[in-house]
Amino acid sequence: MSTPVLEVKGLAYAYPDGHQALFGVDLHVHQGERVALLGPNGAGKTTLVLHLNGIHTAGAGSVSVSGLPVEKANLQEIRRRVGVVFQDPDDQLFMGTVRADVAFGPANLGLKGAELDRRVMDALDKVGMTEFVDRPPHHLSFGQRRRVAVATVLAMEPEILVLDEPSSNLDPASRRELADILRSLDVTVLMVTHDLPYALELCPRSMVLSGGTVVADGTTYDVLTDDALMKENRLELPFGFDPRSTPRPAR
Amino acid sequence: MGAGHGHKLHYHGHSVVHRAPAHLKILALLAFMLVVVATPRDWYAAFAVYLGVIAVVVAVSKVPPTYILKRTVVEVPFLVFALLLPFVAQGPKTEVLGVTVSQHGLEAGIALVVKGTLGVLASLTLAATTEPQDLLAGLERLRMPNQLVQIMAFMVRYLDVVTDEMQRMKVARESRGFNARNPKHWPILARSAGALFIRSYERGERVHLAMLSRGYTGRMPE
Repeated sequence: MSTPVLEVKGLAYAYPDGHQALFGVDLHVHQGERVALLGPNGAGKTTLVLHLNGIHTAGAGSVSVSGLPVEKANLQEIRRRVGVVFQDPDDQLFMGTVRADVAFGPANLGLKGAELDRRVMDALDKVGMTEFVDRPPHHLSFGQRRRVAVATVLAMEPEILVLDEPSSNLDPASRRELADILRSLDVTVLMVTHDLPYALELCPRSMVLSGGTVVADGTTYDVLTDDALMKENRLELPFGFDPRSTPRPAR
Repeated sequence: MGAGHGHKLHYHGHSVVHRAPAHLKILALLAFMLVVVATPRDWYAAFAVYLGVIAVVVAVSKVPPTYILKRTVVEVPFLVFALLLPFVAQGPKTEVLGVTVSQHGLEAGIALVVKGTLGVLASLTLAATTEPQDLLAGLERLRMPNQLVQIMAFMVRYLDVVTDEMQRMKVARESRGFNARNPKHWPILARSAGALFIRSYERGERVHLAMLSRGYTGRMPE
C-alpha cells in the first residue's frame, strides 16, 4: 500500500504532572479516507490530536505525515500538511475579520497578494461563507463560526483535515450543513468525536480510542453494532438510534 | 451568543466624519486634546469654542447627541475625584453656597471637569464614528508598535466572548439563589472574578495552540 497520509506508531505520552494519557497508540489513515476516531470523554482523543501537528511531542513512538516525521525541524511543513479544527471556534478565530482569520495560516506560509486572496476566497467558497468575508467572527452564529474555522484550515491546503468534535453545540440544521460540506471536500479527514450517528453518516471507517490505546478499527457499521465492544468502552448510541435499521449513507 | 451586532460605542453611519481615514481622525483627536490640555484654565471663552467644535463635528456626523451624552457616564468616577479636590486642597479659602472650600482646589476641580469632559466627548465622537477594526488599522498606519496593536486587536476580538462568559456565570449564580446585595455573598463575587480570570487565561492558551497549529512562529504575518 502507498505511504499513509497519517501514521502513528507506538505513541505514548504523559503530561508534565505525570498523568499518562496515551499508552502506545498505533493507527494509520490513507489518502482520501474519512475516518472517525471514537472514544468516551477522557480517552485521550484531544491529546492525540495535539500530537498530530507537533503541539505535543511524542514521549515514545512516532507520528509521521505522508512519510515526514513530526519533529521540531519539520514543524512548519507538518502544520501545513495537518489542518486541525479545534472544538471551540472562538479559540480558532482570533482575528478581527473573517478574511484576516482565513488568511492567517497561508500568510504564515509566506503567501501574499493575489495568491493569498485566491486561497481565502476558495476556502470560504468551499464552506459557503464568501459573503461574510469582511465580517468580524464574533458577529456570526455558532454554526457559521464553525464553518469559518474549517475554512481557516482549508486555506492552508492540508493533506489531512483533523476535526475535534465537529458536531458539538450545533443545531440539527447546522450539523447537516457541516456534514454536506465535509462530504464535498476532496481531502482526507480524521474526525475525533463521540457523536456516533455523525460518525456513521460521514465516515466509512472508525477506530475506537479507549484508555489511551486504539482498541478497535473497522467499518463504522461493524464497530457500532459490536455490542460488547461498545459497552466495554463506554460508547453508547443515543436513544432511538440503531445503525442496523439506518439506511447505509451514500459515500 | 454572537447575536449582538455592532460595538457598544460605535454608531453606524456614512457621514464625512465616518468616512474620514481613521489615522487622520486619531491625529486630529490627539492634536485637539493637546490644545485643550495646554489652554490656561481660566480662558473660559476658549473652552466654549472647543465645545462648539465638538458640537459641529457631532452634528456633521449625524450621530444623535444623546447617544454620545449617555455614554459620558464613564467619566463619573473621575468627576467624584474632581468634586473632592476643593475639600482636600490647601491654600486660601473661599465660600461657595455657604461651604468653605479651597480656592486652588475649586479652580483645579473646575478645570479638571471641563478638560476631562471635553476629552471624553471628543473620544466618544471618535469611537462613535470609527469601527474598532479601522481604529486598529489607523494606529498601525501611525506606526504604533505591532505588539501593542495586536494586544488591542485581541482585546476587541475577545471582549464579547469574555462578557458573555461573565454574563453566563452571573445567570448561573443567580439561578442558585445568589444575591449581590447581601454582603455575606460578596466573597462569591471575588471567587467568580478569579474563575473568570482563569477561564480567560486558559482560553488564551487554547488560542495560542490554534495559532501554532496554523504555522504561527511569533510574528503576525503582514
